[in-house]
Amino acid sequence: MDFLVSASDPDPMPDTPSGAAPGLPHLVVIGNGMAGCRAVEELIARDAGRYRVTIFGAEPRVNYNRIMLSPVLAGEKTFDDIVINDAAWYADNAIDLIAGDPVAAIDRTAKTVTSRSGRSVRYDKLLIATGSDPFIIPVPGKDLPGVISFRDMDDVDHMLAAADRGGSAVVIGGGLLGLEAAHGLSLRGMRVTVLHLMPTLMERQLDEAAAWLLKSALEARGQTVLTGADTAEILGDGKVEAVRLKDGREIPADLVVMAVGIRPSVALAREAGLAVGRGIQVDDHMVTSDPDVLAVGECVEHDGQVYGLVAPLWDMCRALADGLVDQPSGYRASVTSTKLKVAGLDVFSAGDFAGGEGCEDIVLRDASRGVYKRVVLKHDRVVGAVLYGDTADGGWYFDLMRRGEDISATRDLLIFGQAFASGGGQADPKAAVAALSDGAEICGCNGVSKGQVVSCIAKGAHSLDAVRSGCKASASCGSCTGLVETLLALTLGEDVEAGPKTMCKCTSFGHDDVRREIVAQGMRSIPEVMHRLHWSTPDGCSSCRPALNYYLLCALPGEYEDDQQSRFVNERLHANIQKDGTYSVVPRMWGGITSPQELRAIADVVEKYDAPMVKVTGGQRLDIFGIKKEDLPAVWADLNAAGMVSGHAYGKALRTVKTCVGSEWCRFGTQDSTGLGVKLERGFWGSWMPHKFKMAVSGCPRNCAEATIKDFGVVCVDSGYELHVGGNGGIHVRATDLLTKVASEEEAIHVAAAFVQLYREEARYLERTAPWIERVGLQHIKDRVVEDAAGRDALADRFWYSQRFSQDDPWAERASGAAREQHAHMAHFQPQMMEVAE
Amino acid sequence: MIGDWLDIGWLDQIPARGSRTVTVAGGEEVAVFRTADNRVFALANRCPHKGGPLSQGIVHGHSVACPLHNWRIALATGEAQGEDKGCAPTIPVKVDAGRVLLCRTSTLKAAA
Repeated sequence: MDFLVSASDPDPMPDTPSGAAPGLPHLVVIGNGMAGCRAVEELIARDAGRYRVTIFGAEPRVNYNRIMLSPVLAGEKTFDDIVINDAAWYADNAIDLIAGDPVAAIDRTAKTVTSRSGRSVRYDKLLIATGSDPFIIPVPGKDLPGVISFRDMDDVDHMLAAADRGGSAVVIGGGLLGLEAAHGLSLRGMRVTVLHLMPTLMERQLDEAAAWLLKSALEARGQTVLTGADTAEILGDGKVEAVRLKDGREIPADLVVMAVGIRPSVALAREAGLAVGRGIQVDDHMVTSDPDVLAVGECVEHDGQVYGLVAPLWDMCRALADGLVDQPSGYRASVTSTKLKVAGLDVFSAGDFAGGEGCEDIVLRDASRGVYKRVVLKHDRVVGAVLYGDTADGGWYFDLMRRGEDISATRDLLIFGQAFASGGGQADPKAAVAALSDGAEICGCNGVSKGQVVSCIAKGAHSLDAVRSGCKASASCGSCTGLVETLLALTLGEDVEAGPKTMCKCTSFGHDDVRREIVAQGMRSIPEVMHRLHWSTPDGCSSCRPALNYYLLCALPGEYEDDQQSRFVNERLHANIQKDGTYSVVPRMWGGITSPQELRAIADVVEKYDAPMVKVTGGQRLDIFGIKKEDLPAVWADLNAAGMVSGHAYGKALRTVKTCVGSEWCRFGTQDSTGLGVKLERGFWGSWMPHKFKMAVSGCPRNCAEATIKDFGVVCVDSGYELHVGGNGGIHVRATDLLTKVASEEEAIHVAAAFVQLYREEARYLERTAPWIERVGLQHIKDRVVEDAAGRDALADRFWYSQRFSQDDPWAERASGAAREQHAHMAHFQPQMMEVAE
Repeated sequence: MIGDWLDIGWLDQIPARGSRTVTVAGGEEVAVFRTADNRVFALANRCPHKGGPLSQGIVHGHSVACPLHNWRIALATGEAQGEDKGCAPTIPVKVDAGRVLLCRTSTLKAAA
């Protein structure tokens, strides 16, 4: 999907935008970001027909969730994932979006705004939502190419391009944004140094102890963190090369990210003569010094305060919209809390944690778990909290703080969290959620309170998905999914509609959630996944363990050590178990072609091991039945000796590439289908996948190899190769969809690699290509594999990289004695003698 | 042979979350399981459902999933779990100084 919106030519009749009724008062919004669009959303929710709306945006894009740029940088989300309102939203609500053409001037006398391109629009009400600008420290070299900020999608694109080239990155600023940038760049393979002026990281959100834990954890992940580091100069000739500190140290850098802070963007308002302090000064209804000009978000100053976090913005937008529909409610200063994942580490802070006179601390440290909790009390009320490592009770402390509740009765247990302090010591997550007040924030990303989630459910959203699309709770980072599910259960009882299924009974997460978190948190083993994602069983079950093993294998090619005990028997013994407990063995025959030598070796094995049956399979192979597990290594040794390797007929992997004889023999053949089949099989064998994977190559449209019911099928035609995907000949027969057509074998193999890798990375474990494509849509596959050339190359690169570690014949390993115990009995007894005879 | 117990080998010879088999001439195979928490259990190597070799199943917690149809069998009792009904015979087993010992009479009974 392309969300790029280009600035159209200036409208000849700028005062009558298309699709909107003339005559309505005109609301012009400067700023297409989170605040501007949220304000419009709130307005539409109250009275959709009251204003006609025009939104000016500086970026050539639709409205997206700026706080989710970090996951895009880290590769956990795509831009599509973080779009809040797509082009259809603007169209549906008759909003004129003028993107990529920022407003350059406001004329309050004429009540017009003029854009950079000269477009002039009259307003009745003007809303300024220009947000904030990154603060660039005024050091020599700040304008060198390669020095960027971290504020919008363009910055992310810059960072991604730099990361592709590799090398070193220096991030100036150890606050939230800087650490997120550093984490993303580090995940993308750059050597990252964080420079922070203050003695401890994130000093505005964390106390010294938590900051130290954070620093240690980041260093353990390979980042270099220098605190007390004062930047003197950015060095480079034509492009950035290094950063020099005031103490003389020089740190090489191919990229410098400045993330030292933000400043309210007030230039437009100041030039227009509005009252401006640190931000644009507004009253409780978000009205500036001019009654027809409003302002909202990070650009405003309310009651002497400016805010750089997302939560206050939601409150401001509500107050603003109430005022616009003449039902003024008024905004009161927000008490803010911060709940973050910094580099996959949970951090929470709220209120005043600096301590001071009359304040008391309650502290819990659990060094081995990496947990630190500190609650600050004043006159028996919570006034601040800092949590590191375990932030589950953050919302509860914050709620206590906002309500100013007297906690003297539960003080002894307060630090252990809500479950304990609320009685019994028995953790009942449902009761905990039920006890939250309606104003308690559930979704921090989208500013949704418990009351809003419950009312969304009451209005008919009876599944997690419906809540996500109804009020956006849990729609962004997903960390509140459990809370939303609990609210569904509390509100509806039995009537909750199943959303995406959880992986199994051991977890409340679905496959996609688990996979995302494995990558996001850099998890490296099954026990680690189970620990971090709070598995309810000690070592999983026969459903989740093979899935986790696959997800880790796919995420960490060459690094992850396969867990044999989490494999189904067939993949552990490299043969197919049969109903009598014996095994069947299928040697690979590349493209279905065999030779006298191979046939002789198979015949010898059948006789030597007394196999009761040998059968030609549907995939053009020979299947030898009735082999005992003790005999498998010897059978494999014999087959290996004739040059045959494992056929993976047992695995969630490439099974067979079926071919017809093609142009080499067939009078109708258009291309060398057997040759291409052999190349595909040689390239793709051994790769572990979410499920079994079958290919075929037919030499002409008569399609004798039945390529159109395979996971990946090639149908050769005179002018090239039609590439088909998502076919299945099983219970639900499904013919393939045509993915694309290419001219050469090389291109066919390249597309196949990209397609297989996309399947490996995105399909759920045990999901064949057919249901996967039906779930995500063929267009998604085309977008990724056909339309996006760079993305296709990257997918194929990742596939071939992982193949470097997967093409060892498992039979040869076993035949040479590996995992011998899997095939041998531990002991043998004769009833008369009862002797051990291993 | 140690009294009423048959010494079948070292605990280390059984993979954690895995199983090994012991054969008895003329009788049924015994599957000896070792769980993640190093407990040891022994069952007849035959699923009560369709006779699948339980020793080849995935061991999780104190149960094993049969490799043929994924029935879940409790290692301590041999009982099928959940909706399924059936029971695999259990054989008393213990670990002494790192050696795994199977109950002699029960093993013989399994052989009979």
